[in-house]
Amino acid sequence: VRFLLMVQSPANSQRPDADDAGLEERMALLLDEMAKAGVLLDAAGLRPIDEAVRVQLAQGRQTVVNGPFTESKELVGGYCLMQARSRDEAVEWAARFLALHRGDWEMSMEVRQLDEPL
Amino acid sequence: MSRSDRMSRDPSRAAIEAAWHLEWPKLVAALTRLVGDINLAEDLAQDALVAALQQWPSQGVPPRPGAWLMVTARHQAIDRLRRDKVLAAKHTLLGQELLIASAAGEPAGDVEDQPAIEDDLLRMIFTACHPVLSPAARVALTLRLVGGLTVEEIAQAYVVPAATIAQRIVRAKRTIAAKRIPYAVPEGPELARRLDSVLDVICLIFSEGYEATAGDTWLRIDLVEEGLRLARVLGGLLPDEPEVHGLAALLELQASRVGARSTPDLAVVLLHDQDRSRWDRLLIRRGYLALQRAHALSAQHGRPYGRFALQAAIAAEHAIARTPDHTNWPRLARLYAILAARFPSPVVQLNRVVAVGMAAGPAAGLALADELAATGALDGYHLLHAVRADLLTRLGRFDEAEAAFRRAAARTANTAEQRLLQDRAADAALRSGR
Repeated sequence: VRFLLMVQSPANSQRPDADDAGLEERMALLLDEMAKAGVLLDAAGLRPIDEAVRVQLAQGRQTVVNGPFTESKELVGGYCLMQARSRDEAVEWAARFLALHRGDWEMSMEVRQLDEPL
Repeated sequence: MSRSDRMSRDPSRAAIEAAWHLEWPKLVAALTRLVGDINLAEDLAQDALVAALQQWPSQGVPPRPGAWLMVTARHQAIDRLRRDKVLAAKHTLLGQELLIASAAGEPAGDVEDQPAIEDDLLRMIFTACHPVLSPAARVALTLRLVGGLTVEEIAQAYVVPAATIAQRIVRAKRTIAAKRIPYAVPEGPELARRLDSVLDVICLIFSEGYEATAGDTWLRIDLVEEGLRLARVLGGLLPDEPEVHGLAALLELQASRVGARSTPDLAVVLLHDQDRSRWDRLLIRRGYLALQRAHALSAQHGRPYGRFALQAAIAAEHAIARTPDHTNWPRLARLYAILAARFPSPVVQLNRVVAVGMAAGPAAGLALADELAATGALDGYHLLHAVRADLLTRLGRFDEAEAAFRRAAARTANTAEQRLLQDRAADAALRSGR
């Protein structure tokens, strides 16, 4: 079963002032652990929201809107596509990802199962 | 970083069990090295779960759940060895070391040492796949101890009673103990031989799911996923072995076709007829990456392609063909010729027949097929008859084709496959104009 894990943070939240020392290294270690556990299919971080573009469709008309998007409540900062045996297992990996961060971070991980034929 | 800085987790029972399940194979592998006994290691891992269920709800999940469980299990191992002199005597050497280390107040050693734990997992893989065990025992033991599946899950996947699997595992463990199989990763020339057995076991698990031989479904996705997972795990544990990546490449590429291989009513869809837009591009890409790695490592070690890498190269050739007509059959015929020469087997020869039939025409294919049929090696194998039937159809020899399709249908136990073959036989009969 595949799950898409999306890292989200509130649009109005700031990154913690001080650097979370060693965070990137811890993340690399966790991704390595996931790869070695045979569960990691793909993962990437996303560039900042002010570089984003939205192509919208409403009432039969398309519009192209440049970021930043002030009306958004949650912003996706990265994703991880994984193969897990169960939802509980996917949730555990998500929890381990969040646990890499210091307590002054504010973020969430949305765990969504892929809609697959099998 | 101290724990208080971290977000604390308020875990449910399911969350604790999920964390424990993820760590279970590593835990048991490391504990087996410590106490020299798989059953005792499993008991200790169970004790660690009990401790986690007691402590994590109030104290939060530790930042490194695996390390916590390992330390806890070690303490419990020491307690047990102290309490139980008989047990201690049985597990003399390793147990003594553990007791001495703990008496000296030393930290329990390489608890946080990831490479050491990975070595333990490798030891477990090589033990579970030891050639002294029957293939069925190797499969059950590997799924249980390396994959971390429960006996019930394995039984369900193989459509057999749980008691059958449980007994198979008990016997296998007894054999390991009785034959004093060393808990070690083989070295030198021994490694190559033993690695073959490991790769075979993983391939067997995947194939059982991919081409289900029991039950009413053509495909059992749980075993496909488990085989794939084990191949990926092995790729991480033995990153320098080209054939490990060759196997991973083969399985990723085969798994990429899973969604296109059967219809909603579970009828079989052959490669030629598959909707290629349903092939999984992500798995194809991963298959290519693994094949590239196998290729680079083969070149680096000056070793020829192994059997799995060669088969992966064949699967990759299909994967890049946009439509069946775009398939490079001459190249496939050449790859099969190499495979047949290096790793002769009737089944490979049969695949070569198919490739030649496409590259050089049905007459050339049939000549090879008849040669193969004359050996009698595959007479009981339905696909030999199905391939011959297909070539005969293309040559317009419909009567013979119908008979061959019927022979094929009579030789498979898979109901979905039977249906497909009977349909094709009926189709040939119709075209023969009788």
